[in-house]
Amino acid sequence: MKIHEYQAKAILAKFGVPVPRGEVVVKKDEARAAAQRLGTNVVVVKAQIHAGGRGKAGGVKLAKSPDEALGHAEQILGMKLVTPQTGEEGRIVRRLLIEEGLDIKRELYVGVLVDREVGAPIFMVSAAGGMEIEEVAKDNPEAILRETIDPTVGFQAFQARKLAFGLGLTAEQVGAAVPFFQSLYRAFVETDASMIEINPCVVTGDGKMFALDAKVTFDDNALYRHPEFKDLRDLDEETPLEVEASKFKLNYIKLDGDIACMVNGAGLAMATMDIIKLSGGSPANFLDVGGGASEDQVKNAFRLLLSDPNVKAVFVNIFGGILRCDILASGVVNAANELKFTIPVVVRMEGTNVKQGKDILKNSGLNFTVADGMKDGAQKAVALAGGAR
Amino acid sequence: MSVLVDSGTRLIVQGITGREGSFHAQQMLDYGTKVVAGVTPGKGGTKHLGVPVLNTVADAVKATHANASVIFVPPPFAADAILEAMAAQLPLVICITEGVPTLDMVRVAAALKNSKTRLIGPNCPGIISPGKCKIGIMPASIHKRGNVGVVSRSGTLTYEAVDQLTRLGIGQSTCIGIGGDPIIGTSFLDAIRMFNEDPDTHAIVMIGEIGGNAEETAAEYIKKHVKKPVVGFICGQTAPPGRRMGHAGAIISGGQGTAVEKYKAMRAAGIHTVQSPADIGSTLASVLHKSKSKPKSGGKKSVTTKAKKPAKKKAKRK
Repeated sequence: MKIHEYQAKAILAKFGVPVPRGEVVVKKDEARAAAQRLGTNVVVVKAQIHAGGRGKAGGVKLAKSPDEALGHAEQILGMKLVTPQTGEEGRIVRRLLIEEGLDIKRELYVGVLVDREVGAPIFMVSAAGGMEIEEVAKDNPEAILRETIDPTVGFQAFQARKLAFGLGLTAEQVGAAVPFFQSLYRAFVETDASMIEINPCVVTGDGKMFALDAKVTFDDNALYRHPEFKDLRDLDEETPLEVEASKFKLNYIKLDGDIACMVNGAGLAMATMDIIKLSGGSPANFLDVGGGASEDQVKNAFRLLLSDPNVKAVFVNIFGGILRCDILASGVVNAANELKFTIPVVVRMEGTNVKQGKDILKNSGLNFTVADGMKDGAQKAVALAGGAR
Repeated sequence: MSVLVDSGTRLIVQGITGREGSFHAQQMLDYGTKVVAGVTPGKGGTKHLGVPVLNTVADAVKATHANASVIFVPPPFAADAILEAMAAQLPLVICITEGVPTLDMVRVAAALKNSKTRLIGPNCPGIISPGKCKIGIMPASIHKRGNVGVVSRSGTLTYEAVDQLTRLGIGQSTCIGIGGDPIIGTSFLDAIRMFNEDPDTHAIVMIGEIGGNAEETAAEYIKKHVKKPVVGFICGQTAPPGRRMGHAGAIISGGQGTAVEKYKAMRAAGIHTVQSPADIGSTLASVLHKSKSKPKSGGKKSVTTKAKKPAKKKAKRK
């Protein structure tokens, strides 16, 4: 689960990570008062969206007076911000973070995440703050310092010192960096984060360290331990169909094609998207109905798929294990009867109770196209959606 | 022979009285797996499905000399269940549970390093040596005893591949679902190493996914050490970057973990790559056919996916 910068900073501050003073505003005219209250010569006006690359897209601006802050707020609030991470459709800016300006001497990169190869958390830092870490990794991999953490003993002070000296900080600055890194690690573990990225992490003229930006992502599997995070979710940042899907515990991701897919299991769902593409078509979504889907679940999934206006055909690809084919078939028939759709549906079923499932489809009197195997199903769906492109 | 599990496997089911545990314990018993005990704290001394239930894994091991355990407990209790099985010195633990927090698995992975336990999963379908032992949730009927080892990060996609093999009359020595999470107990590399050392496994199918670089690591090993033919497929070729595609592990980040890179590594290792998930079985059939006609030579050369289809055998299923 992703959260906004201002939310991430509030959480980090609770763990003792220094962040700049700031206020969140949702109306333009609040920006001037916020800037006045901060009282610094320079304030920063920052668009709050769930995507990076805001600065280059015009979503982050410096203001030398409260009036200028108001001017920037008028411009940024409500604008559609298009960054490499938002895609072409961009995001509407609904909130601003007004922050004090700092006397920045150095910009660093600091990240904490789980290294899946080692199976342990890892600190990654680099002196090239403000740059995308992926770019640094590609062009200048030795500029990234890493420190793997043994989860049984935790992050040690010597590791924090090693990183800080490695970044070329002065003794005074190291004194600020060590507690900064330690607080960050505590926040990572105690919030069940899957990633914390501070980019840039800045060193000021008076030798202090601040999280100038903060990106925190939580592990979805651990959200049950943090009920308080539920309020941090911003539905405006999610695709409406995906929000709808999450209500029914369906794993749905919208894509830009015209063949809707309904599949059980994440791997098979991805493979189904792949085979549609190989057959000359384009998938409209990823949808995993899960192992133990009920008839109702199947019906909801159908409703969801059909509410995407781009969809021209539906491909149901089920390998029944725990999910029985007869349950699936009943769900599909019920959905067809209730939703009265005219879009062609191709069904490919295999596995547990496949014969009963096929009988249910046949005896329904409805017009389903039954496929023999994945390839056949994908080809039929592509043909029904208007042929290969 | 087969890998990790066979007719000598004596299994404990942790969470046997729960809905999932109960259903699948019955399925495993029906298959002939030796389910010797169940564990549900507080229900010790009772019987469930005709199997004795004990309060702790340690009690169960003591009473039955079990040598493997399968876990069906809900995600908040999964890490504890794995550590309990490890503390009881079980050599093999299979965790089916989906949705275990990553930082729980971080702690488990650290503990496992200093133990004798091999973990499979979590978030996996389990392991089966057809005709001998089934541990997990895979549909039994699609499997057939034979000599192909299958290793995969996915559940239903594995069923798809196994079904294709069985329909072509090709049986499996062991099929291992290693799980779709970022941190798992048994990697592709571990599974492929075991298949390589198993004399009854003559060929290997590996089904990978986007995300991470476990497939690349395995490909490196295959290049150096594996003489048996390997067929490889990666799902998620069309997945958009940065999105978690169902499995927590299936996410492309910063241009890493893409299908293109994985295919490149696999081809460089001499693995017979397949672009379409519908061609996994037929490609393996043609590879086996070739390696039979030309013993021990060209088996590792890369072939195109347009392998000619072997004569379709009638599917023989139980």
